[in-house]
Amino acid sequence: MPKKAAEKKRTEMIGEDKKEVGFASFNILRKFIDKVIGSIFKKKKHIKLGLYGPPNGGKTTLANRICIDWLGEEMGSVSAIPHETREIQVKEQVNIKSGKKELSFNLVDTPGIATKIDYEDFVRKGIKKTDAKKRAREATKGVIDAIKWLDDMDAVLVVLDATKDPYTQVNITIIGNLVARNIPVLVVGNKIDLRKADLKGIEAAFPQYDVIGISAKLGKNIDKLYEALFVLVD
Amino acid sequence: MSLTLQFVPYNEIEGLSSIGRINKLLKIAKENKIVLLEGRLKKEEEAELIKTTMEEINDDFKGIELGVIYPGKEHGDLLKKLKAGFVELMLGDRVGLTIIGPASIVKEIKKDPNKIELLTTNPTKIGKKKKR
Repeated sequence: MPKKAAEKKRTEMIGEDKKEVGFASFNILRKFIDKVIGSIFKKKKHIKLGLYGPPNGGKTTLANRICIDWLGEEMGSVSAIPHETREIQVKEQVNIKSGKKELSFNLVDTPGIATKIDYEDFVRKGIKKTDAKKRAREATKGVIDAIKWLDDMDAVLVVLDATKDPYTQVNITIIGNLVARNIPVLVVGNKIDLRKADLKGIEAAFPQYDVIGISAKLGKNIDKLYEALFVLVD
Repeated sequence: MSLTLQFVPYNEIEGLSSIGRINKLLKIAKENKIVLLEGRLKKEEEAELIKTTMEEINDDFKGIELGVIYPGKEHGDLLKKLKAGFVELMLGDRVGLTIIGPASIVKEIKKDPNKIELLTTNPTKIGKKKKR
């Protein structure tokens, strides 16, 4: 993309996010009170960490990677067919360590957020029509639940497929909603092991956020992601 | 195959509640028309639009494609920045353009600083679907 065009797109993104602050004031107050109470009782950090993003970005692969690393077990099944995760999945008490620091969180893996779901797409991937219709129904419910759960998150990793165009309205809407709710966001560019991956494109699309490139499947840069998590929830 | 674009001026949704706005826009999209809304919805309303769309999906209605064009911050001199800030202060959510297309017609919306591309579904494919 020409430099000038990328710059203009970038400025559009900034413009998208700079409003809608008023509604978040209650959340700011709540988080402030939580922080004060937390510091008084010196409690161990325990938060709800959400994985959000469009379908097939690798949220569940990342959730599995985190769970295998720290709990020794997987969280959910993954598939090349979109909308494999159709229900909110929560893994409680994931404790991660980095040096002397320790972080405890409930990991929340959410269904991919989409604006359209067509059962015929699943049929084309080889799923029987009745199963495809059921999958589509469950997927629509999954999207609704994922949006409902936004308010409950303390921090969110937005997991994007680094081989895909990051400038989609779904990505912008997810991040915009997190910002409006004052929820800390870390953008994760997944699948950097693939040749088509373009992490710079994601960084250009979301210049106001920290972006980290990983391969959840191969574990590439996962240690960096864990370090970034401590910064995110600090 | 003909495409119908329906322009919705911002003042038509200005006085509506969030739910009212979403229902109005979705109703037009469900009539297989492409909505061109002057301005934009709030971020929470965009999420609510996606949620409501999911609730409405059935064998006939597959969902929507959504695209919002919004002018960014001015990077020029101070005067330009002040001008842009003033325009935003005065117009608020009226600035920009929102496009909502039914997924049965609009396959993808690609945004570019200077243009917006609507990739439509293959007309022959639509024809085949109708025959079934």
